[in-house]
Amino acid sequence: MTTVVQQDLPAAVWGLDKNHSTATFSLKYMVSTFRTGFEQFDVTLDTTGDQPRLSGSVDPSSIAVKDENFHAHLQSPDFFDTERHPAITFESTGWRLDGDELVVDGNLTIKGDTRPIEARGTLTPASEDPWGNTRVGITLEAVVDRTHFGLNWNNPLPKGGLALANDVRLHVDLQLVKA
Amino acid sequence: MKVLGISGSLRRDSHNTKLLRAAAALLPPGAELELWEGLKAVPPYDADDDTGEPRPWILRSLADAIEEADVVLFSTPEYNHSLPGQLKNALDWLSRPLASSPLRNKPVAVVGASTGLFGAVWAQAELRKVLGAIGARVIDRELPVGLADDAFTAEGRLADDEQELVLADLLAELVGELEPA
Repeated sequence: MTTVVQQDLPAAVWGLDKNHSTATFSLKYMVSTFRTGFEQFDVTLDTTGDQPRLSGSVDPSSIAVKDENFHAHLQSPDFFDTERHPAITFESTGWRLDGDELVVDGNLTIKGDTRPIEARGTLTPASEDPWGNTRVGITLEAVVDRTHFGLNWNNPLPKGGLALANDVRLHVDLQLVKA
Repeated sequence: MKVLGISGSLRRDSHNTKLLRAAAALLPPGAELELWEGLKAVPPYDADDDTGEPRPWILRSLADAIEEADVVLFSTPEYNHSLPGQLKNALDWLSRPLASSPLRNKPVAVVGASTGLFGAVWAQAELRKVLGAIGARVIDRELPVGLADDAFTAEGRLADDEQELVLADLLAELVGELEPA
């Protein structure tokens, strides 16, 4: 794990390398972990101010699942309600290092509900890529309770308990390129 | 604004159809209720019969009625602790294919009546679950009208003032779902 202190980030606005970045999530479903992600999302890192500001937006209709009926259910009011809430957004409010860990605080908005979250991960120092661009790597992870954002669907299991967990682990691997 | 009413009961003197008619009188100004009464003619869902358009006319009638309505109000009896098979069967047709169901994102609410004490409360919960699975915008409210033989006045209103208030409030919430805050 490699980290750098904040001032090692050159002042710039950084755009997302969409081909080499992922936004995924996982949660317990019955006996295993369901894991998938979103195809369409964008992130900007602005290091021109007092502290870096990370902002992102995800199109929930771009969720990657194999079955068309499952995909349709996930777009419905039972889940993301993409008709009324076409974007999931994040705006950072804090940025610090905790030992080797990068800690980013911010406001996450899903289905119109905005809640503060803390995301932890790593910051890989700025370096030159083969094409002369400067890029940094950011990995962040946070756990949120989906029911705090109105994603309340569940199904009781025949012998008791519920099929789907409430805690969802969000994970992003971002490559950001200096403009 | 058009409210489509669908009764889960086929019986001529259905308490649930009466409940929909009682609801019509309590709608906010500007809203009118239209009953869809073709449920008995819906054929059993069979994927072998669902090979593409055109579907039987009765299913097109149901889909068109839902598409033309702004919101849908269901009233269901309770058979064996659940919704009637014929209503579920019609919903199964409407759910195929899920992504283009006319119920998708449609504001819907569920009420129910039964001659027993509990007013089809479990059937209402099951129906809300099914409608959610189809992708409707389901109002999380219920109106259990029990002892339905005595629940209506001669003019067709709910005899219990409190039930009438609950129904009016539920309808206001259903209609209000069209204009979210």
